[in-house]
Amino acid sequence: MSPRAACRLETLGFERVFDYVEGKADWIARGLPTEGERAGERRAGHLARRDVATCRLSERVGDVRPHVEASPYGFALVVADGGVLLGRLGRVALEGDPDRCAEEVMEPGPSTVRMDTALDALAERLDRRDLKTAVVSTPDGALVGVVRRKELPPGEQGRRSTASRGNAL
Amino acid sequence: MAPPARVDDVRRLLADGAQLVEVLPEAEYAELHLKGARNIPLKRLGAETAADLDPGRPVVVYCHDAL
Repeated sequence: MSPRAACRLETLGFERVFDYVEGKADWIARGLPTEGERAGERRAGHLARRDVATCRLSERVGDVRPHVEASPYGFALVVADGGVLLGRLGRVALEGDPDRCAEEVMEPGPSTVRMDTALDALAERLDRRDLKTAVVSTPDGALVGVVRRKELPPGEQGRRSTASRGNAL
Repeated sequence: MAPPARVDDVRRLLADGAQLVEVLPEAEYAELHLKGARNIPLKRLGAETAADLDPGRPVVVYCHDAL
């Protein structure tokens, strides 16, 4: 849609027209300022906590383990320079050979949600996959943080039990 | 053809006085839009609706995403 609008403006005589192709979704996902009826709504990016343990590809599992134990989570996230999320070290990897490096034992490409994900959509996603946490990233793949299911607003946390009751009827 | 702009380009252009135009329908604009954007839905974009834009300043247009 925006390429056609840009072209139309050029035909109307505007000489310096730029097309922000990635548009509103990209802007919101980056947490940049918005206006409108839903501008104040809290989204995944607002709830993302920055206290997850992170490590580099070359770090030893044995060196990562204490950081995970000191965090509220049972996993670590592997990031590259610039914070791009590359992988996840889960329980099995963390309890394995301490001399192996993160790159060898990580689960590559963990699923993420964008900062602009609405909290109801996030709750539904966690429900569907039976997950306790969601990893939040920027459109460029950089780690933002982790949202815990139990920290979603009560209305969203209750989604599972309501759905279960519905199914039972 | 208008050059594509990435988010950093958009921020720089806005800092330099560019005008921001959302071309989605009014209801979508009312719900949520980039701060400072005005709304000219594509279906109504023409000489009359664009008359409020300053032709001497850059214009950045956007919709929802690249799809």
